Amino acid sequence: MHAVIPFVTAALLFGLGVYGVLRRRNAILVLMAVELMLNAVNLVLVTADATVSAGLGHRGGVFALFVIVLAAAEVGVGLAIVLQWYRMRAAVQVDEVALHHEADAG
Amino acid sequence: MTVADALLLALGALAVGSGALVVTSAQIVRAGLYLVVSLGAIAGLYLVLGAELVAWVQVLVYVGAVVVLLLFAVMLTRAPIGPSDDLDRPAWPALIVGGGVGLGLAVLFADAFRWSIHPLPAPGTAERMGAEIFGTWVLPFEVLSILLLAALVGAIVLSRPDIGARKGGEA
Repeated sequence: MHAVIPFVTAALLFGLGVYGVLRRRNAILVLMAVELMLNAVNLVLVTADATVSAGLGHRGGVFALFVIVLAAAEVGVGLAIVLQWYRMRAAVQVDEVALHHEADAG
Repeated sequence: MTVADALLLALGALAVGSGALVVTSAQIVRAGLYLVVSLGAIAGLYLVLGAELVAWVQVLVYVGAVVVLLLFAVMLTRAPIGPSDDLDRPAWPALIVGGGVGLGLAVLFADAFRWSIHPLPAPGTAERMGAEIFGTWVLPFEVLSILLLAALVGAIVLSRPDIGARKGGEA
């Protein structure tokens, strides 16, 4: 098995995730791009488990499981925030979030 | 070029291709469904790499739960069903940064590993992974369960303005 194939796949997926986070305006699509980045990191962890640190146990796999749990928690809280924002402002566009009006936003 | 290599190449191309459609599609629902394809292909990559338990947890949590949550959010925010043209910001900064990060990391990995061949490892079955988690990594595991509880409470408080806004007067 050539280690370079999954590693390069993960790098390209991470680049796509960065592109999506910077490109998208819709908050839900931004969260999807974040999921792509997290999956790229997981792929690196699992691949390293199978190649460079083979024989040292399944640490990479364990960390990938932990990252999956973190991603689930992140998406739960993130979507709660997005839905609350939609309820307050009827918009899900991230570049319309007025950060400098924090103090007087109702 | 062995069978494992061919599978890795095919699944990797599927994951990257549908990932590209996730970040470029003009329809939100389609982006979510392409995300299913991409995450499923990554689960296949885990299987080829011998991480069985991670692959099935990926299918269970990501394809099963996270994507369903995202699609629920798409419905609850009354996103347009058809194609919409206000989903994107200007492409150039994102293209430069994202392309730079992706291609840079890819070149780095390609230079680090060249065309080196590694034997396929012993599969990470549930038994081995369980021994690892509950042997070496018990403490992080327990901390993560507290984090999940905190996220659950936080999501409930956020989505209930009547209990979230009790203290400061307004949310």
